[in-house]
Amino acid sequence: MKEDLKKLPKEINLQIYNVMLKSRLLEERLIKIYRSGDGYFWIGSPGEEAFGVPLGLLSHKGQGLDFDFFHLHYRSTPTLLALGMNPIDSIRLMMNRVTDPSSGGRNFASHYCFPKWNVVPVTSPIGTQYVTALGTSHVQRKRRSKANESSSQRLQPITIVTGGDAGTAEGDFASCLIWSSRPGKELPILITVQNNQWGISTSFRDQHGEVYIADRAKAFQIRSRVIDGNNPVESYLALKEEMDYIRKTGKPSFVEARVSRLYGHSSASGANLAEQEQDCLLTYERALIDEQYINENDVKILRNSLEKEFFNIYQSVKKEEVPVKESIWDHIYSQNENGDWRNF
Amino acid sequence: MANMAQALRMALHYGETHFGVEDIFGEDVGAPLGGVFTATQGLVNAWNTPLDERGIIGMAMGIAMTGTRCVAEIQFVDYIFNTIDLLKQAGNTLWCSNGQYEMPLVVMSPVGAGIHGSIYHSHSFDSWATRLPGWKVVLPSSPIDAYGLMLSSILDPNPVLYLVPKALMRVRGEELIPGETKESPLQIDAPLKGRELWRPQWPSGLTSYQVPIGKSKIIKPGKDATVITYGRHVFCCIQAVKRVEEQTNASIEIIDLRSLYPYDWAAISESVNKTKKVLLVNEDTEVTNFAEHLAYRIVSEFFYILEARPHILSGKQIPGIGLHPHLEEATLPQENDIEEELHKLLNESP
Repeated sequence: MKEDLKKLPKEINLQIYNVMLKSRLLEERLIKIYRSGDGYFWIGSPGEEAFGVPLGLLSHKGQGLDFDFFHLHYRSTPTLLALGMNPIDSIRLMMNRVTDPSSGGRNFASHYCFPKWNVVPVTSPIGTQYVTALGTSHVQRKRRSKANESSSQRLQPITIVTGGDAGTAEGDFASCLIWSSRPGKELPILITVQNNQWGISTSFRDQHGEVYIADRAKAFQIRSRVIDGNNPVESYLALKEEMDYIRKTGKPSFVEARVSRLYGHSSASGANLAEQEQDCLLTYERALIDEQYINENDVKILRNSLEKEFFNIYQSVKKEEVPVKESIWDHIYSQNENGDWRNF
Repeated sequence: MANMAQALRMALHYGETHFGVEDIFGEDVGAPLGGVFTATQGLVNAWNTPLDERGIIGMAMGIAMTGTRCVAEIQFVDYIFNTIDLLKQAGNTLWCSNGQYEMPLVVMSPVGAGIHGSIYHSHSFDSWATRLPGWKVVLPSSPIDAYGLMLSSILDPNPVLYLVPKALMRVRGEELIPGETKESPLQIDAPLKGRELWRPQWPSGLTSYQVPIGKSKIIKPGKDATVITYGRHVFCCIQAVKRVEEQTNASIEIIDLRSLYPYDWAAISESVNKTKKVLLVNEDTEVTNFAEHLAYRIVSEFFYILEARPHILSGKQIPGIGLHPHLEEATLPQENDIEEELHKLLNESP
């Protein structure tokens, strides 16, 4: 790790570290909120920070077709923080407050939705994001082919889809590979799999014969690679290379990132620290200290500050309004057109 | 007069030239076939997909998430079942996102029996569809309604499941679609040979004629009983009612629902309040059939004025529709079944 640091400017290393640390401590606060009985379910991203943060930092963020679209899975807090999400909005989602900007208190923790960054709603069914991503990248491809010389000088938007290794057993994953690689109609899409080797309690090796999931992409002539998703520098450089390739060529690319799952699947499996797994944050932190980019005292101060900040946010969100019962009828249809048959 | 396939084609053409429909896609939807029922022949934005229903629905959802309008087709509704969680997701995206992500898409799919389609080309999906909150569900029975409902569906900001009775695809309408000429149907049918060079001659006077989603149509008025139906059973009911009226002094009202959800309760309640007797007819399987919901509501709101219990005729609760005509006829409501049921209804008294 230490030798990798020099491959990126110091300020980018520190930017990545800061967001990784923020993400980890935020997730640990969410787990505590669950254990305090102030949230019903926790699922999240500890162990995926080294991949998720560079993914968010490198994207072309904004709303609409000139910007990247995100079809994320439910371990994407690092990416959202890198995009600029305020941590309070993650806590509001965890505590199902009406102020939660993703769902207004309707959805689980980490099921984010931020139209201002083209982050479409995260879903609980695994793998479905691999097919909805086809639609946004299809529209991007069409816009791209219509673009004239001057507009083609702009940064070309892409679609980014993330998911876990267990979800690649779903047919939707195969659909994504097939549809994104149709000859002459290739899609500008970054397909990623964060392989933590687990699907709830079932190990990848028990269910999958392929050595690398990335090999499946090769069968469709999709450029693919396997990276160490616990190494933020390697992740950053690989993602930048693949995003540049997609923006330039309009063709798909596939990245399998080997990551850890540090607190189990979710609160359903206890959300306890898996000590045998590699911790990307501690490894990176150690390398940054050894390289004297930061010192241990700074780290201690930063950790204490973030922990205190998130605790205070938690206390503040506790006082926020919860959804009212009557609101179940809101947004069944666009512009609140009536969807209740009793009122037809 | 145009048939339903031609009416759909004209509506989709109007949609792509006036309403911004940029993608019309599905299995065999593009050239050279233009759909197995030819409903998408000659359209500029029609294209073929892999044989992957989940991919089709996912693609449509993603396109809709960008705010772009599209019409996706599932070739036969029999093959929509493996997409049901995606349909659920499309229906709940606006709700889950607390109103932030609309899903303006149309999924079109031929539905029902009547073409000797055997086990996997005869399914109904009506009742399943009404259990997908967030969707609107329409089912036309005439070419002019097919045209008007398609344009309304395209313009609707919500997901619309557009079910087409496949047995009616080749049935000509009794009314001209606004802008249609007598020559139009032939001018938009692709020839069997030389399709590569062929271009349709679309009627120049097509309009934005729409049938509002949620509005039914009184096929014929009556005062002694109400028949509530939709799709191809509108025709079966017309024939059965004609015979019953000839045999009795009764006059029977027929309502073509056209929209299953939202449905036209105002028309239903006005009719039932007048006739006090109701028969509901459709071809979906009978247990937890959509008609049961309507019957429940009719009983709940008109219990003290009804002069007979609501009658329902629907498909038998069996796993499929057999190929031999005897099997299909025994499974689904036929004209004589409707006639018989109407006699029972008319003879029933409190």
